[in-house]
Amino acid sequence: MNITEIIVVSLIKIVLVIVMILVAVIFLVYFERRISAWIQYRIGPNRVGWKGILQTTADVMKLLLKEDIVPSASNKTLHTLAPIIALFVAFSTYAVIPFGPDVTIFGYQVKLMVADVNIGVLYVLALTSLGVYGITFAGYSSGSKYSLLGGIRSSAQMISYEVSMGFSVAGVLLLSESLNPQKIVLAQSGWMWNAILQPIGFITFVVSAFAETNRLPFDLPEAEPELVGGYHTEYSSMKFAGFFLAEYANMIIASAMITTLYLGGWQIPYIDKLGLGVTLTTLLQVGAFFLKVIFLLFFFIWVRWSIPRFRYDQLMSLGWKVMFPLSIINIIWVACLIMIFNL
Amino acid sequence: MLTEFGKIFVFVLLAVVFVAIVIFFAKLIRPSRITHEKTKIYECGEDAKGSPWVKFNIRFYVVALIFLIFDVEVVLLFPWALSYKEYGTYGFLAGIIFLLILGLGMAYEWRKGDLEWARPKITPPELKNTSNKTEKINS
Repeated sequence: MNITEIIVVSLIKIVLVIVMILVAVIFLVYFERRISAWIQYRIGPNRVGWKGILQTTADVMKLLLKEDIVPSASNKTLHTLAPIIALFVAFSTYAVIPFGPDVTIFGYQVKLMVADVNIGVLYVLALTSLGVYGITFAGYSSGSKYSLLGGIRSSAQMISYEVSMGFSVAGVLLLSESLNPQKIVLAQSGWMWNAILQPIGFITFVVSAFAETNRLPFDLPEAEPELVGGYHTEYSSMKFAGFFLAEYANMIIASAMITTLYLGGWQIPYIDKLGLGVTLTTLLQVGAFFLKVIFLLFFFIWVRWSIPRFRYDQLMSLGWKVMFPLSIINIIWVACLIMIFNL
Repeated sequence: MLTEFGKIFVFVLLAVVFVAIVIFFAKLIRPSRITHEKTKIYECGEDAKGSPWVKFNIRFYVVALIFLIFDVEVVLLFPWALSYKEYGTYGFLAGIIFLLILGLGMAYEWRKGDLEWARPKITPPELKNTSNKTEKINS
């Protein structure tokens, strides 16, 4: 491939991924509302479009046309910057997620990910920890007591769970010997999924992912009964939509990371023994990746309506006294596993 | 030549441009009739009292300090995890000793009550005596 071809292929992939994120977020919001209604025995949105499928689009249009109110007591620059940071972080992490194996389209070798960097996992960890800034800035700059408390709570929560997340990832790295997401997926061939080999690490990572995305049962930063809207109390119009979109985009990236690190990514166990064609195998594998992600997203919504919210001291003691020791035990477990079985 | 990080840069750039376009477009079509009442801080319908930057619990700083220590340890652990299989038993022992020291630090924090979110209970000695006396009288 010459340089022009590389640039064209990369641009096509980038535009495709960005469009995919936007469409996925819009449908995720719709499905969350429908599934919530289904679990609570309600009807849910069913008027806009076929079965209410255009509801989110209509909501976005409404937010576009809403007046943008910035409180006079706020720090204007930080107030505007906060949702942009949140969205930027949510979008940029998608660049390193592998959707499938390398494929050959029209004679070109194409990797099914935007960028194949050798430190992919580190890149995702670094960017997700930047997400704290968006929320802290929003809380600090609004000039409201509720926002400040929400922002501080959120940053303490996110940094607490980030530690156990990092330690869980170290367990994955022990087995894969690489920070490259594609190589981590390839290391989980057959039934050697990390979720099966290191169940403790899988559980700590999933719980930390819930806490990092501020989803129930860990949505303390925006606990409605006590903090009104938490860090986005003073946000309206497109800036509010920015936080909203970022939250759902973070949910998708969390599911994609869990799939890549623990559930074998795009791999289907023993598919090469079925003797299917190359094209069909690839299509099935890409489909498997999206199915796993969709299942995890459903799991996120399911948990939201099954488990009540934690108290703040319970949240902190769960993070430091349960998840953190468990993730250290997981590292020792994986290290012993490699020593004994020579994996 | 477009390197892999160059692709990430283009990706991020496109995402930022997209967000900027949406915000600019929204600015063109939305109304703007700001009044004094609208720009007030929400505080359940009351006029906001005092500074919005209220004092908050000192525990948040303690949590941030503990995070700082342990997150650095995560960074130290990653290179060990990546080259673990090359070093065999030596690597295993080195890792276990490192984790042991980490666990000791953790146990110290725990014992000192820094992981406790609610304030630890302190019972002054005089109070204990009075309670003993009352118990004696009662019995």
